[in-house]
Amino acid sequence: MTTDTATGTDPVPATRSSEVAVALTGGTLGAGRRMRNTAASVLMVLAFLLAATPLVVMGVQVFSQGIDAVTSGSWWTAPIPETGRADLADNEALQDLGFGDTSGGDSSASEVVLGMAPAIVGTLLTVLGASVLAIPLGILGAVYLHEYGKKGRLARLIRFMTDVMTGVPSVVMGVFVYTVWVLPRGVDGKSALAASLALACLMLPIVVRSTEEMLKLVPDNLREASAALGTRTWKTTVKVVLPAALAGITSGSLLAVARAAGETAPVVFVIGFVTTTNLGFLGQNTTLSAQIYSQQQNGGALSTELAWGAALTLVGIVLVLTLVARGISRRFQIG
Amino acid sequence: MTVTAPADGSPAASLLEEGAGAGPDRAFRTVTLVAGTMVLVILLLIAVTMTVRAWPAFSEFGTSYFFGTEWVPSEGKYGILPLVWGTVLVSLIALVFAVPMSVGIALFVNELAPRRLRRPVVTVVDILAAVPSVVFGLWAFYNLLPGFQTVFNGIADAVAGIPVLNTLFGPSTGSSFMSAGLILALMITPIITSVTREVFATVPENDKSGALALGATRWEMVRGVVFPHSMGGVTGAVMLGLGRAMGETVAVALIIGARPEISLNLFGVGETMPAQIFRQLSEAGALLRSALIGLGVILLVLTVLVNVGARRAVVAVDRRVKGTA
Repeated sequence: MTTDTATGTDPVPATRSSEVAVALTGGTLGAGRRMRNTAASVLMVLAFLLAATPLVVMGVQVFSQGIDAVTSGSWWTAPIPETGRADLADNEALQDLGFGDTSGGDSSASEVVLGMAPAIVGTLLTVLGASVLAIPLGILGAVYLHEYGKKGRLARLIRFMTDVMTGVPSVVMGVFVYTVWVLPRGVDGKSALAASLALACLMLPIVVRSTEEMLKLVPDNLREASAALGTRTWKTTVKVVLPAALAGITSGSLLAVARAAGETAPVVFVIGFVTTTNLGFLGQNTTLSAQIYSQQQNGGALSTELAWGAALTLVGIVLVLTLVARGISRRFQIG
Repeated sequence: MTVTAPADGSPAASLLEEGAGAGPDRAFRTVTLVAGTMVLVILLLIAVTMTVRAWPAFSEFGTSYFFGTEWVPSEGKYGILPLVWGTVLVSLIALVFAVPMSVGIALFVNELAPRRLRRPVVTVVDILAAVPSVVFGLWAFYNLLPGFQTVFNGIADAVAGIPVLNTLFGPSTGSSFMSAGLILALMITPIITSVTREVFATVPENDKSGALALGATRWEMVRGVVFPHSMGGVTGAVMLGLGRAMGETVAVALIIGARPEISLNLFGVGETMPAQIFRQLSEAGALLRSALIGLGVILLVLTVLVNVGARRAVVAVDRRVKGTA
């Protein structure tokens, strides 16, 4: 009897432990629970594929539709061709009247010297201007936040408003520069400089926040060691803290540059339009993003080819910047 | 005296307090302070100058500006509601698709994917964020709209006899609220994903392993532990995405079709505030220009409100986590 009760009580813990074991392997899960778990996992993978597939398809299509223009030899050096005639050849009503035909549109597109040099120069110029304005200012601002302001009331306010400013739509930055810079000057106000101002407004909060994150990663030991040698805060910051955070700051700034290079909305109505290269900050100019938009609006075979070429060029530039930034931040992670 | 802040209290610092080099230090501090304050100055300038330029429209049209249901500048009708409608509708469509997708990706990366898959997945999402808006627009315009038109019209035909659905899903030319919303969903997924991931990462590991130890499946653990813990933070992430969607300009301008209309047909042509500003500002006469800048002010106010809400939500999560740690 006693052995009987012993074996009677024994099975209870036995089943328990086996239940646990089974639960760990998923063996006795109810069909419903197991299915729900599997379904959730499948949905998670699906979510990623839903985002990744369009990206891949877009990459392939931008590449295949832009590669001819970009590799046409004259692309990086020639002025942007006038698209008026190609548009006429493409116009169906005119075709009906006997003015050219569809193949005429295509042949005129291939006869024209394809070029995007003015827009490439303009993109570099506007982004350079914006970087010169925003990056030093942003880094200094971040130094204030992290080295001086810390948890003070003003620093907290600036931090909060910087986050808010990151969320201000880029088109609003464009409208702002349009009202304070272009309107008072008329058409003359439209320039690479105006576009740089708008892009700088866009970049500033990004640079401030990413730089502050990097300053946080610099160990306090370094600051204390420097201070213990009798060094002033400013010198510690310039000679010790900033060099230590340099890689991270560079990478954050590059991401901001990449973002600015791709922006269209704040650029189009403050930069004007040109088809020849303008190396100056003053006077109308153009950028790759602005060209993509206006060529798309033109329609026509030649314009479309130019738009795709500009898109591929822009994506290339932005992608290189982004990947370089990621590479830098991965290689030089502090701590 | 916080001039030598990091070394407060250390003998070396206090010895130097008023000694040599205090001047440059004060100067440097002032320079950084000015740089830091620039953010506030610029934000203030944006708000003030734009409001001043928009004032003629605000005072001229008054309530007919804010509550007018027709935006036809050529006929002198400047009611912004159709544009607000388009902006809100497109953003909501974007959220409906982007939020589940982003939460799914965040869970995939944080909970499901093997360690060596994580970095590639994050890279892909980051690249999605890096693609310029205008490229999304160009691509969608030429390569997606024809397909969208076929699909949308197929759906419209299928629901033609059903009362509410046939209003929502009407005939389409391809350019539509829905097309713009779908592209926007793709564009705001990276920001929602990255914030959501950060929030999910704050869930205490003990709670998660506790749930698993009790025999919960991975999904039950996510539902029972990760979600309740992350509600506030995910709300913040969603609002950040909403702010992005509301302000997104070029991609929407290229694929929504440019007809300001309060229409319930999600497959129909519409227009948003930023797209309208973008299209018209350059060639606008004085009155239209003022009205457009007014749109900019309203857009600014809306996005600032949304972003303040979002930051509050995210900060609240931060605080709670640090409080319990």
